[in-house]
Amino acid sequence: MNVEHLIPFLASTAGAATPLILAALGELVTERSGVLNLGVEGMMLVGAVCGFIATLASGSASFGLLVAALAAMAASMIFAFLVLTLQTNQVATGLALTLFGVGLSAFVGRDFAGQTVPPLEHLHFPVLSDLPFLGPLLFRFDALVYASVLAVPLVGYILTKTRLGLVIRAIGEAPASAHAIGYPVIALRYAMVLFGGALAGIAGAYLSLGLTPMWVEGMTAGRGWIALALVVFATWKPRGVLLGAYLFGGVTVLQFHGQGFGLAIPSQFLSMLPYLATIVVLVLICRDPRTILLNKPMSLGQNFKADS
Amino acid sequence: MLRLEARPEPSRAMMVASPLIAAAAMLVTGSILFRFLGQEPLHAFYVYFVLPVTSAYGLGELLLKATPLVLCGVGLALGFRASVWNIGADGQLTMGAVAAGCVALYFQDVESHWVLPLMLLAGALGGMLWAAIPALLRTRFNTSEILVSLMLVYVAYLFLSYTVHGPLRDPDGYNFPQSKMFSDSALLPLLFEGLRVNLAFVLALVLVAGAWFFCSRSFAGYRMQVSGMAPAAAAYAGFGETRNVWLAFMISGATAGLAGVGEVAGPIGQLQPAIPGGYGFAAIIVAYVGRLHPLGVLLAALLMSLLYIGGESAQMELQLPSAITGLFQGLLLFYLLAADLFIHYRFKPRLREAPVAAAKPAEEGV
Repeated sequence: MNVEHLIPFLASTAGAATPLILAALGELVTERSGVLNLGVEGMMLVGAVCGFIATLASGSASFGLLVAALAAMAASMIFAFLVLTLQTNQVATGLALTLFGVGLSAFVGRDFAGQTVPPLEHLHFPVLSDLPFLGPLLFRFDALVYASVLAVPLVGYILTKTRLGLVIRAIGEAPASAHAIGYPVIALRYAMVLFGGALAGIAGAYLSLGLTPMWVEGMTAGRGWIALALVVFATWKPRGVLLGAYLFGGVTVLQFHGQGFGLAIPSQFLSMLPYLATIVVLVLICRDPRTILLNKPMSLGQNFKADS
Repeated sequence: MLRLEARPEPSRAMMVASPLIAAAAMLVTGSILFRFLGQEPLHAFYVYFVLPVTSAYGLGELLLKATPLVLCGVGLALGFRASVWNIGADGQLTMGAVAAGCVALYFQDVESHWVLPLMLLAGALGGMLWAAIPALLRTRFNTSEILVSLMLVYVAYLFLSYTVHGPLRDPDGYNFPQSKMFSDSALLPLLFEGLRVNLAFVLALVLVAGAWFFCSRSFAGYRMQVSGMAPAAAAYAGFGETRNVWLAFMISGATAGLAGVGEVAGPIGQLQPAIPGGYGFAAIIVAYVGRLHPLGVLLAALLMSLLYIGGESAQMELQLPSAITGLFQGLLLFYLLAADLFIHYRFKPRLREAPVAAAKPAEEGV
């Protein structure tokens, strides 16, 4: 292992971690409000395909990201309506959203496979980006890499230090009490599901605009599910998402850099690593039931219906 | 105006009607979509949903595609009843196929009636082994079986890819990532001359009957159902969660593994990367649309199978994108979940006149 392999490895880790941070942060906020949305994978695919098409049509990546967020929000709205208004089972409805997203994205993107867009522009900071070693390692990424990292303390601050955050946590822990005090539980849960949808959409678009600037059917390859696992790994705290996403990002890009590091293993086994790592990490976190009980939002996955 | 009112007890009629409502809503949406795609809706509808089953060959294909859906769906439904969420059936199907493939390739030159039963056994065991991982981690380490079983789907795909790129690749296959074709004694016998549907469909029917017996007549089935419907009551009665999780995963793993055997020893006839056709995921929809009931699963699998072959028919006849199948599948489940609302609720005319509202308190004493 030598340095000329290490810098591109670390730099591409940031790229792989960014969609995971975004999707997991969105899901984390949704889950803190008591709603388990298993449709992250589907929303990411919808975001990826819509963001890609919008960018291709308009030539503007920012517009593409906006469309991706809106499209995934629309998809999450279906989930929110079923779960929050029609009181359907959250697990089943989340699975339905993922299956629907897989089908919808394949259908919408059928004529766009193989086309490419220019990848997201990488920022260039005067002096800093030209530094040897540190430049490529820290100062030559696209804006979303920095935005995703900054979003972590921001979400953490909002959740723990503001009134809004307190209310979100209240409706996740004890919706009946929050409702009794007069907080609009269902309306807030709608908002949080939509927020999770928007971030999942941007995360998906980051795949089709940033990491590999093209649309491929099913291109999320389980990242939405890994984001769900990250929320558990982070014990529902934003800073854990940052750590976990970079850890998983590193494992994900290891498969592309394995040869450089001199690993003589069939590529398929290297590709298994992110999935196996997810399982191992879940076991380590969940092994002690108290860790989960202490941190998991009490009403997670349970529907709430106000007695009018 | 109409308003929703809780039913005094869940409607049994709506339990049965809701999948039909969902299917009808999907068909209506489909017709609108066909028009949107520039097709004459009625004709497209005919090509998609009727034409495929107008020939004997088409009916055979319907049963062929329904086979893995029935097999996976029956197993999943048993687990879902007990709130055990195995969503990794596609991975278990893949590992079952690999295990059966290994047996078939090992006995490549052996003409014997024992090869097929051995393959079925290996397939079931392969699926069970893969399903044992989420079961073990859930019962021993409290780990979400949803995430673990799903992660293992990707691992299984990659493992299959490894075997056909590596140790099991056909040396005379021009470097294509696929194994040798299986010998005749490793292929499931066809049910009818000229049709591709094979013995696996009969096996699926037998398993449906077995699952029905298990659900409605066995104590283990009863325990699982109580655990799903009333976890607190199940715990009070001493119905252990561990046993349910293991039972659900072993059954669904075995049936998914058998579905894998049905694919490799049926229409495919060799190991290749395209074996898992997403049947394990489609089976989730099948289980729900089938009301988690074995007979319902059978009917739902036929409907889903029609969606698959209808998609192919529409692609050939009308050049409609085959991706429309996945869209229909997703829509079907959404509509079903929404229609299920009416199992517990019903519409009631909203009364507008003020006097009626005023009279209400007086009525309460009655």
